[in-house]
Amino acid sequence: MGVGILVEDLNAWYGSNHTLQDINLHIPANHATALIGPSGCGKSTFVRCLNRMHETNPIARATGVVKMGDVDIYREASPVEIRRRVGMVFQRPNPFPTMSIYDNVVSGLKLNGFRNRRILDETVERSLKQAALWEEVKDDLKKKSGASLSGGQQQRMCIARALAVDPEVLLMDEPASALDPVSTSKIEDLIFQLKSQYTIVIVTHNMQQAARVAENTGFFLNGKLVEFDSTHKIFTNPRDKRTEDYITGRFG
Amino acid sequence: MSTQPLSNLPKPIDFQSKSMRRNSSRRTATNFVVSALAVIATLIVLLPLAAILFYLVYKGASSLNLAFFTHIPAPVGEEGGGMANAIVGSGMILLLASLMGIPIGIAAGIYLAEFGQGTFLANAVRFTADVLNGVPSIVMGISIYSLIVMQQKHFSAFAGGVALAIMMIPTVTRTTEEMLATVPHAIREAALGLGVPKWRTVLSVSLRTASPGIITGCMLAFARVAGETAPLLFTAFGNQFWSFKLNEPIAALPLQIYVYAISPYDEWHRLAWAGSLVLIVLIMVSVTLVRIFANRGVLKGGS
Repeated sequence: MGVGILVEDLNAWYGSNHTLQDINLHIPANHATALIGPSGCGKSTFVRCLNRMHETNPIARATGVVKMGDVDIYREASPVEIRRRVGMVFQRPNPFPTMSIYDNVVSGLKLNGFRNRRILDETVERSLKQAALWEEVKDDLKKKSGASLSGGQQQRMCIARALAVDPEVLLMDEPASALDPVSTSKIEDLIFQLKSQYTIVIVTHNMQQAARVAENTGFFLNGKLVEFDSTHKIFTNPRDKRTEDYITGRFG
Repeated sequence: MSTQPLSNLPKPIDFQSKSMRRNSSRRTATNFVVSALAVIATLIVLLPLAAILFYLVYKGASSLNLAFFTHIPAPVGEEGGGMANAIVGSGMILLLASLMGIPIGIAAGIYLAEFGQGTFLANAVRFTADVLNGVPSIVMGISIYSLIVMQQKHFSAFAGGVALAIMMIPTVTRTTEEMLATVPHAIREAALGLGVPKWRTVLSVSLRTASPGIITGCMLAFARVAGETAPLLFTAFGNQFWSFKLNEPIAALPLQIYVYAISPYDEWHRLAWAGSLVLIVLIMVSVTLVRIFANRGVLKGGS
């Protein structure tokens, strides 16, 4: 089951570039939360701070508190522990090109030394079914490379890979932006089904997508969280003028 | 927002106009000329290799027989004899060199690409590797002579292996670094995002993805030192008899070829040609075998 995320006074920098400024936010457990905003507003940096991927860039740094359940992830856990609890799906599908579909899906387990064949088999089937890819690939699991699938299939495989380690939180950084409409709608259906079991945070440029899948939506602009509320409220009656301008397409 | 009236747009290009058609035939001709130049350049590259192989077969094949692969060199004045001990000796020295040079070279390349970016140590290692790559092989032989042979007070297969290993390191290091640099960052992030520690990500993801290129680099380094004579002159020294000991002088194909080639006997000249042919064929066979085995089990990506 998912856990809630509490963010307090989060600031992040790339070199001297102050990309996130004083973010305060509570992301509820077992719901989907969408983050919208124009390019370069800090949405991606924000989700990368939630699993400490931000700090893998040598010039990046962050301050503030991020609590995942009861754990302060910057003070009470190592990045490796946190990333095992938080799955991440990236903008472009990034399968491991040398691995089969099977090995891609259980890579999180295998690379951490897990070798029990029966459990690996079960995990592959469960994760691929959750990611709605099982029927399409079940006959080629060990024959085909993960990179030989189509873009939409690769992305669903990457979602299966993230789910295979049984995370509590699933971060999705524009998971459908590189995909065609059919694949996009499959991914959206998936998010819809998964959000009862996982806390999902999805960055998107597509406002209809945010409206379709998320209960809550946050609007970022120039490194600040302008507004955070229920998706319905944000799209029908935003408090802030800038949010209204953005969702009505006056800029961005 | 104001939109431009359509009449202000530039006139669309007429691809059927006379000038465009002339342009098109000119580009077709250019395409043909450049393609032809590329084919010619390829042939020029292949020509020396083919010529050398042909000449070696022509000069050496007639002296090849079973005895060449099973007998040690015959004493002066006797007919026959072979290079069995030199083939085995070369194999031992090269195995030793690869066992020392490849792991060290790959480890250094991993450091350069994955851990040391921008550090003083990394720049120093990279510079040293480039300089080492330019050190003449005879200098390498003399250095190892004074560092190992003089200390041990005798020539040895081990000293030969060390000399060749040091010559392999720069090529292996630099190709490992460059091949790791071509692994997309997104793939590393995928592994890190799954909670895989960095060391494991490097070994199981980056290195594995880059492995075809790294193997090529190792094979280049191997093929390069397999034919080296100068570094072995003062280290492995050569041996007219069987030796399987690492701390004794040992025969090697390039050394044997050298000794026979500068001798005054026609029979020995023919053996030198045969030895050269065997050396090249053995290098080609071992490189091909490694490639076949290394590519097993690695699934090819579709895109």
